[in-house]
Amino acid sequence: MTPAAEIHTITLTVNGERITRSVAARMHLVDFLREQLDLTGSHLGCEHGVCGACTVQVDGVAVRGCLMLAVQADSATIVTVEGLTDSGVLADVQEAFLQRNALQCGFCTPGMLTTIAELLTVNPDPSRDAIRDAISGNYCRCTGYHAIVDAVQNAVAARRTKEAAE
Amino acid sequence: MKAPAFAYAKPTSLAEVFDCLDGSEGVRLLAGGQSLIPSLNMRLSAPTVLVDLNHIAALRGVTEASGVIRIGAMTRHHELATSPLIASRVPLIAKAVPHIAHQAIRNRGTIGGSLALADPSTELPACCLALDAAIVAASRRGERRIAARDFFLGIYETALAPDEVLVAVEFPASPVNAVSGFDELARRHGDYAIVGLAAQGVRKGETWSSLKLAFFGAGDRPLLAEAAAQAVIAGKGIAEAQAALQDALSPSDDGECSAKTKMHLARVLLGRVIATMESGT
Ligand code: FES
Ligand code: FES
Repeated sequence: MTPAAEIHTITLTVNGERITRSVAARMHLVDFLREQLDLTGSHLGCEHGVCGACTVQVDGVAVRGCLMLAVQADSATIVTVEGLTDSGVLADVQEAFLQRNALQCGFCTPGMLTTIAELLTVNPDPSRDAIRDAISGNYCRCTGYHAIVDAVQNAVAARRTKEAAE
Repeated sequence: MKAPAFAYAKPTSLAEVFDCLDGSEGVRLLAGGQSLIPSLNMRLSAPTVLVDLNHIAALRGVTEASGVIRIGAMTRHHELATSPLIASRVPLIAKAVPHIAHQAIRNRGTIGGSLALADPSTELPACCLALDAAIVAASRRGERRIAARDFFLGIYETALAPDEVLVAVEFPASPVNAVSGFDELARRHGDYAIVGLAAQGVRKGETWSSLKLAFFGAGDRPLLAEAAAQAVIAGKGIAEAQAALQDALSPSDDGECSAKTKMHLARVLLGRVIATMESGT
């Protein structure tokens, strides 16, 4: 057992890099990523689980980074929007976001992309409804959502065309 | 929006959890954290020690033995939604889970956390009531089973003693001819329900032999509408069953809806859910 303490040392993998840091128990995961690792792609809108701007991947699944403590990420594998971008897994979706104006201020975009990354792993060919359902926990105050759904659909259609050609 | 300072402990066995719970004030158990961490961030609660249950293997997983499905307290909503055992043996749970918040929250949130929190507007406590579940509580004194109808006592209030840990919930496997129905009304997908209904019954041909109707968001705890269920079983028609809800439910006004509207919506839901169950879909 790790005994009760206000400060803990954690070791975790963030975007492929092994990191050891000392954290306060009260610090949530996104504050840790932003403040201690300078990974400012994960955003904080509400800090109580409502807006989805803080969505990051923990051990392969999307979670609310504001609803998990940094200390709980000890031994975990974290991928942020920076990691998703570097690996290129979402390059086509990101390009489609640009093409369709699926971002304006961009505040919601990292959370949207992380959520969409999970959707496309589980369901590589989602319907419009399935896309809407997947992003229903991610608030966007600018785009009105249609452009985001369009962008995902375009990227998915392009993937299908590419597969068919191969 | 930042949590106050607290200490954090990470036990790996139940015995260690019991040690943490020993008589000290301000100790809170941390399950999926999808309700507790928001309340910390908003400083609505200020524990001195958080005891993380996420590393106790014995609290995870779904098993079946002698007609009973046992779900470990730390089983996550996403695991409930994708377990073939739950889909076939406790389908009501499989129907309810997609209504809980959003995928990222279902990836973390747990059944034990949701039951121990006892938020009266949530899905799983009502399912437990409709399914006659037993909640398994453990402490140094041993294990005991608490019937769901005796477990939920009020808003955020349960029959758990301060030294007890909710370790599992047990459901009788659905009998032959069992039918389940679930629906809720919410303003947006993933929002807390304004009112919802979890229903479980046995129906052969056109005849009901049993039916449990558990409403949530309609009082200070999930509520069984027994007279309404009796009216359906007796084949008295949906209008009579709907009228019988008046005495069974006690919703209150909130910022979103008046109690009167909620009563109306509860009647609407009852009509829909029974129609779906009777049509065999
Ligand atoms: S900041 Fe986490 S959900 Fe809004
Ligand atoms: S682009 Fe501004 S919030 Fe979504």
